[in-house]
Amino acid sequence: MHKSLEHAGVSWTGQPVRRAGRDGGRGIAALDPRTRIMLALALAAAVVAASGLAAKAAGLAVAVGLARAARLARRPTLKRLLAVDLFVVAMVVMLPFTTPGTPLLTLGPLVASVEGLVHAVAIGLTANAVVLALLALVGTMDAVTLGHALARLGAPARLVEILMITVRYLDVIGREYRRMRTAMKARAFRLAGTLHGWRSIGYLLGMLLVRSLERAERVAAAMKCRGYRGRLPLIDRLRFGPPDRVALAVGLTLAVLAVGLDRLAGA
Amino acid sequence: MHIVDGALSLPVLAAGGVLAAGGVAIGLARTDGDRLPEVGILSASFFVASLVHVPIGPSSVHLILNGLIGLALGWAAFPALAVGLLLQAVFFGFGGLIVLGVNIVNIAAPAVVVGALLGPWVRRCRPAVAVVWGGVAGAAAIAATAVMVALSLAASGDAFVPAAKLVVVAHLPVMLVEGVLTAAAVGLIRTVKPTLFDPPGLAAVPRGSGDG
Repeated sequence: MHKSLEHAGVSWTGQPVRRAGRDGGRGIAALDPRTRIMLALALAAAVVAASGLAAKAAGLAVAVGLARAARLARRPTLKRLLAVDLFVVAMVVMLPFTTPGTPLLTLGPLVASVEGLVHAVAIGLTANAVVLALLALVGTMDAVTLGHALARLGAPARLVEILMITVRYLDVIGREYRRMRTAMKARAFRLAGTLHGWRSIGYLLGMLLVRSLERAERVAAAMKCRGYRGRLPLIDRLRFGPPDRVALAVGLTLAVLAVGLDRLAGA
Repeated sequence: MHIVDGALSLPVLAAGGVLAAGGVAIGLARTDGDRLPEVGILSASFFVASLVHVPIGPSSVHLILNGLIGLALGWAAFPALAVGLLLQAVFFGFGGLIVLGVNIVNIAAPAVVVGALLGPWVRRCRPAVAVVWGGVAGAAAIAATAVMVALSLAASGDAFVPAAKLVVVAHLPVMLVEGVLTAAAVGLIRTVKPTLFDPPGLAAVPRGSGDG
């Protein structure tokens, strides 16, 4: 079980939670969660839309700056980036050899091309820039705030409802899972890659689902007793103030400028 | 598996975004307000299950379980998986943001199809036979996801074709694990709590009105 889920809603990722309004704060923490989501989207869209390496590298530089401003804990962040990078590494290794173009290096029958290498580097820059910006801007708010901000940004009410309930019960279900795993250990079960091991995990997860559904029935009944009709009231103190206007204006302008310059340079 | 941002071409990203939004909209429209807690709590369970690493040979795979999700949630698999993948992207940095739609479709669409095609069998057969269909559902959903991930890559450029083939091959062991696992889970659920397979996103029958 993921250690970082133990305090769902507080700080899942080992990152310090930065909330606007409630605990004040400066820099990124002073911005409204909606602004942070929009900025992350703008940066991601710009980095993905740009095709030149310069624009993508600039995006990554901005993302690194954001991560420092958000004071992301270094080790958990690097670990997350590394998890991304395993996929990227596989691409970087394969792409130069599978893209035809100017030969760069020859290994027996394999020829690496400059174009392929450029493409691989572009993917690496984009993937890391987006993840870093997401972790810095959105990963530092608690999940409930994320739900409220999404609702205020116009996400479907029912989707937000599901998100809030999921977040609420992640920790509960996680503890249920750990309890069952402990019980299996107490009966001398050791997880191995055998038919017996897989079937046992299947039974474990089947039972987890059964218990979850029974819990859901109790929860739904209790919620109905309290007048639930498919909508939880969202009580928050989101405030969209002057710093948000400035940050959004600057962020969006930079994103548009970067993509525009990138297109001009490519043309 | 999560595709990262930067790999796919813009048309593929746009198509993924549109299809994901459509799937989520259908899933939400078909889910009764009463059953939102159920979808949320099952979504949390599948999130927890996706963090389980199951050993196979010298390595280990982490579970997706989209076959089981489809059987349990029907169309509601779309919103449930959208929530799970969004939380994973935002808090764990798995996948990306712009590519989220493609990732949702690649995992949720096989879930819905498997749930619609095999769900009736899993519901009606004797538990011993349902186990077989459960295994087929688990393996087929992973196979479909692997093929869709491969197609998303291949559609983004010829240079990705070898990587796309590798994705399919790499998912073969996952298919085996998830098939066995889903079969066991389906057998247990059919015996203990068969109403779990009346998905909110499929049937209009209120849960508890049956024999459960």
